Amino acid sequence: MATLSLQDIHKSYGATAVIHGVSIDVNDGEFIVIVGPSGCGKSTLLRMVAGLETITGGDLFVNDARVNDDEPMARNIAMVFQNYALYPHMSVFDNMAYGLKIAKMPKAEIAERVGKASKMLQLEPYLQRKPRELSGGQRQRVAMGRAIVRDPAVFLFDEPLSNLDAKLRVQMRLEIKTLQRELGVTSLYVTHDQVEAMTLADRMIVMNAGIAEQIGSPLEVYETPATLFAAQFIGSPSMNVLPGTGTGRGVQLANGVTIETAVLCNGPVMLGLRPEHLVADKAGPLVVLVKMSEPLGANTLLHGQIKGIDQDFVVSLPGVHREADIKGERRFSIPAAATHVFDAISGKRINA
Amino acid sequence: MAGMVEKRGFGHWLTHAGLIVGVLVIFFPIWLAFVASTVTQAEIVQPPMPLLPGDQFFNNYRQALVAGVNAPVAAMLMNSLIMALGIAFGKIVISLLSAFAIVYFRFPGRKLFFWLIFLTLMLPVEVRIVPTYEVIAGFGMLNSYSGLIFPLIASATATFLFRQFFMTVPDELTEAARVDGAGPMRFFWDILVPMSRTNIAALFVILFIYGWNQYLWPLLITTDPSMNTIVMGIKQMFPSGDDLADWPVIMATSILAMLPPVLVVIFMQKLFIRGLVDSEK
Amino acid sequence: MEKRVIFKGLWLPLLLVAPQMVITAVFFFYPAGQAIWQSLFIADPFGLKSQFVGLGNFEYLLADPFYRASFLTTAIFSISVTLVSMGVALYLALLADRLIKGSGTYRTLLIWPYAVAPAVAGVLWMFMFNTRVGVVAWYLGVLGYDWNHVLNEAEAMGLVVVASSWGRISYNFLFFLAGLQAIPRSVIEAAAIDGAHFWTRFRTIVWPLLSPVTFFLLVVNIVYAFFETFGVIHTITSGGPQQATTILVYKVYSDGFVGQDLGSSAAQSVILLGLVGLLTIIQFKFIERKVHY
Repeated sequence: MATLSLQDIHKSYGATAVIHGVSIDVNDGEFIVIVGPSGCGKSTLLRMVAGLETITGGDLFVNDARVNDDEPMARNIAMVFQNYALYPHMSVFDNMAYGLKIAKMPKAEIAERVGKASKMLQLEPYLQRKPRELSGGQRQRVAMGRAIVRDPAVFLFDEPLSNLDAKLRVQMRLEIKTLQRELGVTSLYVTHDQVEAMTLADRMIVMNAGIAEQIGSPLEVYETPATLFAAQFIGSPSMNVLPGTGTGRGVQLANGVTIETAVLCNGPVMLGLRPEHLVADKAGPLVVLVKMSEPLGANTLLHGQIKGIDQDFVVSLPGVHREADIKGERRFSIPAAATHVFDAISGKRINA
Repeated sequence: MAGMVEKRGFGHWLTHAGLIVGVLVIFFPIWLAFVASTVTQAEIVQPPMPLLPGDQFFNNYRQALVAGVNAPVAAMLMNSLIMALGIAFGKIVISLLSAFAIVYFRFPGRKLFFWLIFLTLMLPVEVRIVPTYEVIAGFGMLNSYSGLIFPLIASATATFLFRQFFMTVPDELTEAARVDGAGPMRFFWDILVPMSRTNIAALFVILFIYGWNQYLWPLLITTDPSMNTIVMGIKQMFPSGDDLADWPVIMATSILAMLPPVLVVIFMQKLFIRGLVDSEK
Repeated sequence: MEKRVIFKGLWLPLLLVAPQMVITAVFFFYPAGQAIWQSLFIADPFGLKSQFVGLGNFEYLLADPFYRASFLTTAIFSISVTLVSMGVALYLALLADRLIKGSGTYRTLLIWPYAVAPAVAGVLWMFMFNTRVGVVAWYLGVLGYDWNHVLNEAEAMGLVVVASSWGRISYNFLFFLAGLQAIPRSVIEAAAIDGAHFWTRFRTIVWPLLSPVTFFLLVVNIVYAFFETFGVIHTITSGGPQQATTILVYKVYSDGFVGQDLGSSAAQSVILLGLVGLLTIIQFKFIERKVHY
């Protein structure tokens, strides 16, 4: 059981800085998901925690001990890799036991730990098989087992589900979550999939271009995104963002229409409207020319443009709608409390 | 794959016939050598010699193995075996180590080292025989196994092969090993070498044949008949001048000389083909 | 190409490359350097003194009719070996490729002569064509042809060419067969449906698709004929008669070890070195090209 603390972690390769200072205190047993688009530095951050990349600035603490210069093994962490990284010439048992053998643990204890982990992961029938004789989901479990037997202070997951098909991914996602709860091990989990991030995280770090845009619980990020990037990255379909001018408690859009907001704002701003918060309203201020619809069953996505604004706009309506009924000009409104306003230059949320 | 298109029938048998003729023609020199190794000297020197084996098989081979002409062939076989194994083992060991260093470390002179061994790819031993001979003579390594072996392992083909293979080993495996607490040499022995075993075996087959079949180099540095390898020793069995060669013994020796590498090729065909294709990549 | 993941350390990697570095330095770079150095000197017959002559050895060599003849001999020999071994191998590979079943068996039967050392191959062929006991020579005599490669230059050349090509057929067969089997069946079937007969199909489809393999084998076989056929020449003809089969590598040996002319032998080594370099560059150029296929 452990706490983990990142303090102003930086990474640069020569003159090129790729991580610009990330700080977070992770509580014992907490599940932290680092989410962001590819190239945002999320894997680099994880690999620095693992000790696979050197930390070029800042401090990393595991249980209050600074581990910046420790080898991966000494940091008391375990890692699950994207491609599982199972040793192809070793049996499932040997794969799980390898780290323990290196640590010179007595054979009986190794057998006991591997036995326990394989039971938990339903891998007992496969212990003598080679990785190539296993299915994708089983390989994933072996990779988890290898991490579990070490009984580490921290679990690190580097996009562990990205090689699985959609159905298996959902199933393994649940398994990881259950297992983490059961073991209560502090975890860092990297993914580019915002659904994975929302479902797994106690708290998540939304990363973009080497910067932590926001750190918070999934609902916090969804309800009060700190930046334009976090707002657009989390939530599906993505939030509509329209440029406009703040007029006190309202934003005037490019076509002259003013939308009422809950916050005070002035000057150039960006107005964020989540597609699912728009309400069909014959007297609404937003006139949308609907060109196409996508029925998803539980809801229907309408694609089009706001009249007078040359920009794609998406509306999500609950329930089933036939395309013929909703094509053409439709009017929508949005409650002031559901609007998000961001500074047009800094992209930061305006809260006042 | 043209076979799928052709109609079966006459053409089909013609294809087999053509191949069988080819196989027979290629077999013929060896068949003749085998026949010659089973008949008496008298039968050979009265041409034409018979084309079917005689009854002197055991006599001739025993004569060759135990007595030979200048030295017993059994001793030459042993020399060849030591040389071929030495070359194969030596080259694989030094190449594995240096390829590991080049791929998995950054050290000063790494690029230079890389280009230096790259240069050795271009120069077969045949091109530098005189000065290499002088080096061996200077070390007092004439008529020694080390003299036979060392100059022939000074080339980089195997290093390149292993380098290429190591580059395809996923980085994540190395990282997993590091997270498991394995240091570089532990990773090398536990992960890298076991993963390379097919490549090692394929290369071993190719290098064994290469070493066994060396001719010019042993010819230069083994002046003592007891150090002759079998492949170069055959030529030494021919008398100088007009004397009659002991053909049955010489042919028995030829058969013995080709037997080990041929067996290796036949029984390790898959590895052999893989090795050939790999080493020419 | 570089690895993302590396280990730390300085002495360990240096220790790891040390064996290869030492062996390469002592048995490769030093002798190669010596060859270049010696090529600039002439030694007196007793090897006691040597005198710097600059490029004199090279000038002398290039003016030497024997050396120039050796160049021509090498060219004829190499081209012949390459054509004979590749031609026969391609013929057999085309036949084997026509079979739906059994090409594996023929492959097993055909590849093992590769394992026979060139020197042993030389002894086998010399035995067959031996003027006193050779069974082929005797039957040729019965047919009225008086075979004597010990005296006849053309016959000597023919014999070393055939003996050198023999083991090489296996190698070429292997690569040709693999190349043929890599040609998609659908391409050939499409041509057959278009009404192309075997020969037309070969000329317009198979041969062009096979050209990377062919070119590769061309280079590899020339290198083989240059350097690895010493054993064949030494066992069958010893370069004779009248130097008719003295190829360049054989001349390095005979001038250096038999004639004890170290300067000339070293200069010849340097010229060979240049030739190998050239062939290597061609080969690498080819490999680059192969990537595009």
